Amino acid sequence: MMHAFLKTGKLGPDAAQPGTSKDKPVKRKALMPWVEKYRPKTVDEVAYQDEVVAVLKSTLKGADLPNLLFYGPPGTGKTSTILAAARQLFGDLYRQRVLELNASDERGIQVVREKVKSFAQTTVSNTRPDGKQCPPYKIIILDEADSMTHDAQAALRRTMEKQSKTTRFCLICNYVSRIIEPLTSRCSKFRFKPLAQDIMMKRLSYICEEENVNYEDGVVEAFIEISEGDLRRAITTVQSTARLRTEGEKITKQDVYEIAGVVPETWLNKLFEVCTTDSYEKLSDYLNDMMAEGFAGSQIMLQMHDLIIGCDDLRDSQKSVVLDKLAVCDHRLLNGGDEYLQVLDLCCVLMKQLCHPK
Amino acid sequence: MSLWVDKYRPKELDKLDYHKEQASHMKKLVESGDFPHLLIYGPSGAGKKTRIMALLRELYGPGVEKLRIEHENFVTPSKKKLEIVTIASNYHIEVNPSDVGFYDRVVIQELIKNIASSQQLDTGSQREFKVIILSEVDKLTKDAQHALRRTMEKYVASCRLILCANSSSKVIPAIRSRCFGIRVPAPKVEEIAHILQIICKKESLSLPPEMAQRIAEKSGRNLRRAILMCEACRVQQYPFSSQQKISSPDWEVYLQDTARRIVDEQSPNRLLEVRGRIYELLTHCIPPDVIFKGLLKELVRNCDGELKCEITCLAAFHEYRLGQGSKAIYHIEAFIAAFMAVYKKFLEESMSAMF
Repeated sequence: MMHAFLKTGKLGPDAAQPGTSKDKPVKRKALMPWVEKYRPKTVDEVAYQDEVVAVLKSTLKGADLPNLLFYGPPGTGKTSTILAAARQLFGDLYRQRVLELNASDERGIQVVREKVKSFAQTTVSNTRPDGKQCPPYKIIILDEADSMTHDAQAALRRTMEKQSKTTRFCLICNYVSRIIEPLTSRCSKFRFKPLAQDIMMKRLSYICEEENVNYEDGVVEAFIEISEGDLRRAITTVQSTARLRTEGEKITKQDVYEIAGVVPETWLNKLFEVCTTDSYEKLSDYLNDMMAEGFAGSQIMLQMHDLIIGCDDLRDSQKSVVLDKLAVCDHRLLNGGDEYLQVLDLCCVLMKQLCHPK
Repeated sequence: MSLWVDKYRPKELDKLDYHKEQASHMKKLVESGDFPHLLIYGPSGAGKKTRIMALLRELYGPGVEKLRIEHENFVTPSKKKLEIVTIASNYHIEVNPSDVGFYDRVVIQELIKNIASSQQLDTGSQREFKVIILSEVDKLTKDAQHALRRTMEKYVASCRLILCANSSSKVIPAIRSRCFGIRVPAPKVEEIAHILQIICKKESLSLPPEMAQRIAEKSGRNLRRAILMCEACRVQQYPFSSQQKISSPDWEVYLQDTARRIVDEQSPNRLLEVRGRIYELLTHCIPPDVIFKGLLKELVRNCDGELKCEITCLAAFHEYRLGQGSKAIYHIEAFIAAFMAVYKKFLEESMSAMF
C-alpha cells in the first residue's frame, strides 16, 4: 500500500485514514518550538521564582487570589507562570474563564471599556461541569501591559475594584515604572528575577538530553553567557544551533556565538588597535567595513563596554568619560540613531582618550 | 528586457555566489521540512532578499515565483481607511508595514494576525505552514514590534515569519530572542569583482579586471549597486577601456559640491544657499541619514584630527535628533550651522596663532 502511495502520490480512501492519523502527531511534534514544548505545565515546574510560586500554590489549595502584577526582564517566566496557574485552576474551563489580551490585540481605551468590562461583569459558578470545585472568578491576563496607553490603564482602575468579586487581573510587564501608580497599588507585585546560572544550566542540559543534542564542553556555559538570564533566548539559540548540525555532530562554541550574533573577538581587538593609531581615516574605513559585515551596533557597544572596563591603558577617570559617551550613544542608537554615526562618535572619544590623555 | 540585477539573481540556494557555508546551513534548516522564525539582517545590497526567495523556493518549489500584487484595505480604530500593497504567491505573502508609517501597528494587529491565525486548508499535499515576509522590520515603531511578540508565539503552528532588516539593533530584544538570526555580511570586494566578471561573460562582454576591481571598490561593498554601475558603464561606452570613468550618481556629486560650498565660506548667506540645495536633495527622495553620512564624510576631509572628532560628535547628535523630530531639514541645517561655527572658530584661532 505504501508503495502504491509513493507511486501515485495519492492516498486511496482506505489508506488515508491510518496514514494521516499516524503521521500527524509525529509531524506536529517536530513543528513545536522547544520554548513552547518545555514551557512549564504546572506551577511547581516554574523555576527560581519562589515567592510567586508560593502564593499561587496556596491559591490552588483554595485561598483567594489577589490581583497580580508580574514584572521582570524577558524570558524569566512571567507569562508561563500565570498560564500554568490558570490551566491548573480551571482545567477544561480555561477558555471561558480566562481572557488573554496582549499587545497584538487592540487595547485602546475603547476596548478596556467594552471588552474587558463586559467580560469582567459576568459572574461564574464555583463548580466545573464535571462537579469538581473551581474558584468562582475569572482571570483577565493583560500581557505586555507596559505598552498600554496611560488612558487605557486609567480606565482599568475602577473596573478592577468594582469587579473584584468575579474577576482577577494579572498584569504582566517588563518595566513596572510604565504602569501608572493607581494600578500598581491595586495589585500585589512580584518581581521576576533573572534566572541564576545553575538553574539555567540544569534546564538547558535537561533539554539537550531530551532532544539528543550533542555538544562540546563549555557550550552550555556559552549559551548562558549570551542569553543574560533570558531562558527563552537560551532555549531558542539551543534549538537553532542544534538544527545547524546533523545528528552525531557536536555543537561548538563558535556556532553558538555566530547564531547569537556576537562580534568575533578579533574584529573588536582590531577596532581597539585602530583607535590607538590616532587616525580618523583608518577608523572610519574600518568601521565602514565592520558595518558591511552586518554586525549590530548595539552588540558592538555591548562588547566594547566589557573591553573598556578591562582595559589597562586607561585610567579610571578616562574610562568614565568613554563610558559616559557609550551610554549616550547606546541610548541614541536604541531610539533610532544611525549605527555608523553613533559607533563612530563613541570610537572618536575612545581614540581621544587613548592617544591624547590629559 | 530586464535589468542585469534581476536577470542574474540566483534563484536557488545552491547557486548563490558567496557565503556558501551559510547557504548550506540554510539548506539543512529547510531539509527537516520546518524552520523557526527567521531574522535576516545585513547591509543593503548584501543579498538578503535573494536568500529569502531562494529559501522559499527550496521549501515550496518554483511555484513561489508566481507573484501577484494585491491591495489590502483596512480601517484603523480611529476610522481612517488605509491601503497597503502586498506581494504574494500561493505560499507566502510579503508586506512592508512601514509603508503606512505611523499606522504600522494596525497592519500587524489586523493583517498579519489574520493571515497568521488562519489555518492551511489541505495540509496533506503541502506544508503545514505559510510564510509571511516582513521587510524593513527595523523601521517599525516600537508599538508594532510589541504587537508582533505574542503573535509570533501563538500562531507558530500555522505560519512562519521571515523578518528582514538592515540592522538588528533596532529590533527589540523580545523579537530577537524569538527568532533565528541570520547575518548576511556584504560581499567582499573580490567577490563583487568576480561576480561582475561572471555576469559580463554571460552577456558575452569582456570586462577588464582592473575595471571590475574599480567598480567593486566604488560600490561600497553593495552588490546591487555594483551591478547597476556596471550596466550603466556598458551603456556609456563599449568596449570597456580600463581607464573608463565610472560615473557616480548625480546626487552624490551634488552632495559633494554642497559640502565644498560649506567649507568655502561660513556665513548666514551661504547657509541659506546650502539650505536650498539640501531641499533639492530631500525632494529627490535622498534619505536624510544618507545626506548626513555623505556630508560628514566630505566635511571631515578638510579638518584636523581634533576637529574631526568634534564634528563626528555633532553629526551623531543631530542625526539622532532627526529620528526624533519630524522635519529633516531643520536638523540637517542645524548640523551645518554648528559645523560652520566650529570651523570658523578653528580658522580664526589658527589665524591668530600665526601672527
